[in-house]
Amino acid sequence: MTAAAQSTGIVNSLTTGRLPRWATWVILLGSWAIMGVIFALIAAGSGTEFNISAALLLGLFLFIVLIFVFAYLVEGLRQAKDRLVTALVVSAFLIALIPLISLLFTVVSNGLPRFDPGFFGQSMRNVVGEGGGALHAITGTLLITGMATLISVPVGLLTAIYLVEYGRGALARAITFFVDVMTGIPSIVAGLFAFAFFALILDDPGIRFGFGGSIALSLLMIPVVVRSSEEMLKLVPNELREAAYALGVPKWLTILKIVIPTSIAGITTGVTLAIARVIGETAPLLIISGFTASMNYDLLSDRMMSLPVFVYTQYQNPGSEVQPYLDRAWAGALTLILIVMLLNLIARLIARIFSPKLGR
Amino acid sequence: MTTTSTRKPRSTLRPADRIFAGSTVIAGSLILAALAAVAVFLIAESIPALIVDPAELKGAPSSFWAYVGPLAFGTVWAAFLALVMALPISIGIALFISHFAPRRIAQGLGYIIDLLAAVPSVVFGLWGIKVLAPAVTPLYGWLVQNLGFLPFFAGGVSGTGRTILTVAIVLAVMIIPIITAVTREVFLQTPRLHEEAALALGATRWEMIQMAVIPFGRPGMISAAMLGLGRALGETMVVAMVLSPALVINFVLTGSQNPSTIAGNIALNFPEANGVDVNALIATGMILFVITLVINSIARIVINRRKAFSGAN
Repeated sequence: MTAAAQSTGIVNSLTTGRLPRWATWVILLGSWAIMGVIFALIAAGSGTEFNISAALLLGLFLFIVLIFVFAYLVEGLRQAKDRLVTALVVSAFLIALIPLISLLFTVVSNGLPRFDPGFFGQSMRNVVGEGGGALHAITGTLLITGMATLISVPVGLLTAIYLVEYGRGALARAITFFVDVMTGIPSIVAGLFAFAFFALILDDPGIRFGFGGSIALSLLMIPVVVRSSEEMLKLVPNELREAAYALGVPKWLTILKIVIPTSIAGITTGVTLAIARVIGETAPLLIISGFTASMNYDLLSDRMMSLPVFVYTQYQNPGSEVQPYLDRAWAGALTLILIVMLLNLIARLIARIFSPKLGR
Repeated sequence: MTTTSTRKPRSTLRPADRIFAGSTVIAGSLILAALAAVAVFLIAESIPALIVDPAELKGAPSSFWAYVGPLAFGTVWAAFLALVMALPISIGIALFISHFAPRRIAQGLGYIIDLLAAVPSVVFGLWGIKVLAPAVTPLYGWLVQNLGFLPFFAGGVSGTGRTILTVAIVLAVMIIPIITAVTREVFLQTPRLHEEAALALGATRWEMIQMAVIPFGRPGMISAAMLGLGRALGETMVVAMVLSPALVINFVLTGSQNPSTIAGNIALNFPEANGVDVNALIATGMILFVITLVINSIARIVINRRKAFSGAN
C-alpha cells in the first residue's frame, strides 16, 4: 500500500504514509464485527447464549493488535507505538467503566422493587420475612454521621486555621504530616480504637453505642476536613488580610470576619464531601455501634443501626426465606448510593455557585 | 539569640486573640493526641491476647503469631494482587485524562472515575458477591483447566467464585479512583516546556510522555501506588462479604481454600466474639494499623519531597 502510494507520486510529502482519519474507527468496528460473527457462530454451534461482553472485550483486544499492525505497515514503528499506547490508554478508561456501569445498573434494578414508602416508614422490629424497612437504620445513620460532623468540623476547621494562619515550625509540620497519614487509617482500625477506648474508659467489655460510632467516623473525617479547608484558606488572597490589619482589626477578627467568609463556599464543599466519604462506612459502625432491629434515638446508650450495617446484616444474616432480605439489602444499597451521590452533587453545586470570583 | 537591633513593632495581644490562637493550637494538638491515643488504646487492649495461653484463643492455634500469620499473609497478598491489576489501568486512565482526551471533556471524564470512589464499600461487596462472582466462575473453570500447571491455578476450582482473585478484582476497582486521582495530578504538573520541547523535536505523543511526563511523575506514581496499597490493605467489607475464608497460607487464586485478611476476619468475628477473643482481634487490628501506617508514611514522605505537589486526596 505504501509502495503504491509512493509510486503514484503524492504531492504533499507531510501527509504521506499516514493512516486516514477514518481508519481507527473502521478498524475498531471491523474487529467488533469479526468477533461478533465468531461468537455468534460459537453460540449457534454449541447452543449457548451469545456472550456479548466477551465479544466486545476480545474485539477491543483484536483492535489493539490490528491498529498496531496497520500503523506499522503504513506509518512505521514510532507512529505504530504511539497508536498502540493511545488504544491501550483509551481501553484502560473503558475497562474502568465496566464495573461502574454494571454496579449502578445492578443496584438500581435490584433496589427498585423494595424502594417503596414502607421501606422508609418502618423499622425491622418483629419483622421476619417480607415487609419491614430501614427507618431505624436511616435514623441511626443521620444521628451518628451528624454527631461525627459536629465533632469533626470545629476540630478540623480550627486545625486548618492553625496550619494556615498561625502554624510555623515543628508542630505545624508534624500536624501536616500526621493528618496526611491519618487519611490512610483503615476504617476498621478506627472502629477498633473507639471500641478499645470506651471499653477501657467505661469498663464495659461488650460496649456498643452510637456515640462511639461518631467518634470512629470523626477520626476518619477530621483529616479530610483539615485537608480541604486548608487548601481553601490558602486561596484567600493575602491582600484581604493585610487590608484588615491596616484598618486595625485584630487577627482573630480578621480570620473570623474576612478569611472564613471568603472561603466558606470551599469549606462547605469540603465538609460535604467528607460527610459523603464517611456516611458509607460500614466496618467501624459494625464494631462499635452494632446492629439492632429497633429504633434507637439515644446516641449514648444501646446498639444503633446504620444504613451500611443494615445492608450488610440483611445480606449476611437472612432468614429462612432469603429473597426479602436480599431485596431489602439492595434497596438499602440504592438509598446509600443516592445519598452519597446527592451529597457529592450538593458539594459541587455549592462550589460552583458560591465560590468567590477571583478576578483573573 | 542575637541582639534585637532592629526592633519590630509589636501589636498588643488582646485576650480574644490569645483565646482564638490557643484554641487552634489545641485543635491541632488534639489530632496528634488522637493518633497517639489510637496507638495506646489498641496496644492496651491487645496485651491480654499476647500474654494469654494461646489454647484459649478461637481455633486454639499454637501461638498468637500462628493465628495472625495466615491473616497477615492474606492481607498483603490480596492487596498486592489488587495493586497489580489496578496500577496499569489507573496510570492508563490518568494519562488518558491528562494527555489524550480532548481538553473539553477531560474534566467530566475525571468526575466519572471519581464516581467509583463515591460508592460505599458495602455496595461493592454486594456487587462482588451477587454479580462479579457468578460472572467470573466460568472463567476460573477455564483457567484451572488450561493453566492448571501454574501454581496460581492449581487444585480444584471454587464452585462459587468466592476466591481471593474475585476479592482482589473488587479491591482493584475500589483503589483505581485513588491511584488515578493522585497520578493525574502529578501528570498535569509536568512542566509545559518539557512537553513542548519534546514535541518540537519531532517526538510522537507517546515518546513525549516517555521522555517528559513519566520521569517527572515517577515519584508521584510510586506514592500513588502505595496510597492505593494502603487502602486495599485496610478494606474490610468486600473481603468479609465475598471471600470464603480459611486459615491457610497458599498462593492459589481460584481454589476454595483462601487465606482471609485481617480486616475481613475482624468484621466476620467481632460481633460474636467475647472474652480474650476480642483482645486477639484488636491485636490483629493493631498489626494492620502498623502495616498501613508504615506504608502510608513512606508514601507521604515520597510525595512531600516534591514540594509543588500538595497531596491530592
